[in-house]
Amino acid sequence: MTSRSSQEPLLQVEDLSLRRDGRPILYKVYLTIRRGEIHGLLGLNGSGKSSLAYTLMGCTGYEPDSGHILFDGHDITRLSITERAKLGLTLAWQEPARFEGISVGKYLILGMPEPDRRRAAEALEAVDLSPARYLNRSINHSLSGGERKRIELAAVYAMQPKLAILDEPDSGVDTLSLSDIAALIRRMADQGTSILLITHRDEMVTVADSASLMCQGSIVFGGAPANVRRYYDHRCKVHNETVGVVMPEVIASGAEGSERRAT
Amino acid sequence: MTQQREVIVPEPGWARDFEAILEAYKQAGGDPDALRMPRMATMVVNANKVLAANDAHGVHFETEELPDGIRARIFVEPGTRVEYPIHLCFGMLPTEGVQRIDIEYEIGAGAQVEFLAHCTFPNAIKLQHIMDARIHVGANAAMTYTESHFHGPHGGIEVLPTTRVVVEDGGRFATTFSLVHGRVGRMAIDYDVSVGAGGVAEMTTKAYGMANDRIRVNEVLHLDGEGARGLTKTRVAVRDEAKSEVFTTAEGNAPFARGHMDCTEIVRGHAVARNVPVVVVRNDRARVTHEAAIGTVNHKELETLMARGLTEEEAVDVIIRGMLR
Ligand SMILES: Nc1ncnc2c1ncn2[C@@H]1O[C@H](COP(=O)(O)OP(=O)(O)O)[C@@H](O)[C@H]1O
Ligand SMILES: [Mg+2]
Repeated sequence: MTSRSSQEPLLQVEDLSLRRDGRPILYKVYLTIRRGEIHGLLGLNGSGKSSLAYTLMGCTGYEPDSGHILFDGHDITRLSITERAKLGLTLAWQEPARFEGISVGKYLILGMPEPDRRRAAEALEAVDLSPARYLNRSINHSLSGGERKRIELAAVYAMQPKLAILDEPDSGVDTLSLSDIAALIRRMADQGTSILLITHRDEMVTVADSASLMCQGSIVFGGAPANVRRYYDHRCKVHNETVGVVMPEVIASGAEGSERRAT
Repeated sequence: MTQQREVIVPEPGWARDFEAILEAYKQAGGDPDALRMPRMATMVVNANKVLAANDAHGVHFETEELPDGIRARIFVEPGTRVEYPIHLCFGMLPTEGVQRIDIEYEIGAGAQVEFLAHCTFPNAIKLQHIMDARIHVGANAAMTYTESHFHGPHGGIEVLPTTRVVVEDGGRFATTFSLVHGRVGRMAIDYDVSVGAGGVAEMTTKAYGMANDRIRVNEVLHLDGEGARGLTKTRVAVRDEAKSEVFTTAEGNAPFARGHMDCTEIVRGHAVARNVPVVVVRNDRARVTHEAAIGTVNHKELETLMARGLTEEEAVDVIIRGMLR
């Protein structure tokens, strides 16, 4: 644990709203992640999970219209991506970028506080890639989507941040299995990294200590993963499958249905 | 034909000049030890002096000093597989002057050879380097030519290389020009390559311009023989007030000729990049394609690196250096 009070949450998102091109994308989002916690963020495709991830990371075009993001005792709402990263926050993109002429080894070392090739190799092993085969490969289009995603997770692992936002780490072919990801993030948690695990697969949140459910840009329910799963199954998925879209009433009823009030 | 290693009779001051040019050669990325290795064909030129021209098995140099440069002919005997790369160093240590290189490469049929050339002008303030090269790659021969430049920090140089290449049937020619450390000054590269049946040509140009640097690349690829293949690959980064212009033409003139032009340029600050690809197809079974991406650093690449804690400037540098590798 850090010198800060272990009572104080690592991440606290308050009343966060974001519009893009005049459309509401996030609406009054409240979210709390405690230190050492693996927090699952579950939601249907298009519910705003990635948008929340980009807003937390400070990406261009994702400056919130209102609300606050508090991270490890700092108000980071207006900080740059770099400043947030230096405070210990990072993001593994759902579709990671490719780089011409940058080797996997160099990429892994880039984010480390001190260059450490041993840790780079260890990070590759943690995502089940052979260092001998991958360290010198280029992070370009010669990698499969699954390989690229594993390397992104390895880079986050190597960086050893305070909070890692993992956006759909299991999506795409040839990625890690649920149990592999569970093992990886447990290992990261053991090394002091808290996790915001974003997924649209409800079985994934079983890996988490706690979870939140996102619908149409708002967190509508939070609590134990099993309860969030059940809520998702009954209230969110069903509506989506029968009506084709999530009904606004889900959002409305969600606020009262919250087990743990996000404050 | 056997020749001695020391072709050149050292003049007074030779050793000093040689050491000085080796130092400059190192700045351009060359490995001075390679120039001293026996069995390695090498040529070292400072201004209009040929400081060394060492033959190797099947590789011969003919050189001549001109008032403002040198003339050279490099001949690789047919069928020779040249074991080590041939190291060439062209340099000029003074701050001012003109260096004219008139050079011919004759690669005999079936020969295989690799050249590593370094051009170094570390002190250039008002310098001109004019290279006129004619390359003949014989039938089924393979030539790889890599040229790295270092122009020092002042940008006071004009580099004007013109190269005419003929690749005979079944021949392979690959060339890489790179000027990615220090200033460019003004450079205008002019390449014209004709490829015979079943032959292959690949031209790669990499440059990084800053301040008021000027980069001009003009490449013409004639795919004249049946099944000839050609690729031009251009990677340019410009920042500050630098300007780059890339003109590439690929002609598919024979059945099953295949050409591709691939240009990526990163533009920062007030820099300007222009890319003009021209496709000419004269045979209905030939095919030429091109792709170009000109503009700012890819946003997602930038933000990905920033999320690892790099500043925007550091991230841009990593991306540009990667592209120019
Ligand atoms: N660049 C954009 N401009 C406007 N709307 C966007 C943009 N990107 C995503 N959206 C919209 O924002 C909503 C949330 O998308 P996203 O955050 O990607 O959801 P999720 O990650 O949960 O699938 C969707 O309705 C999507 O169509
Ligand atoms: Mg998403």
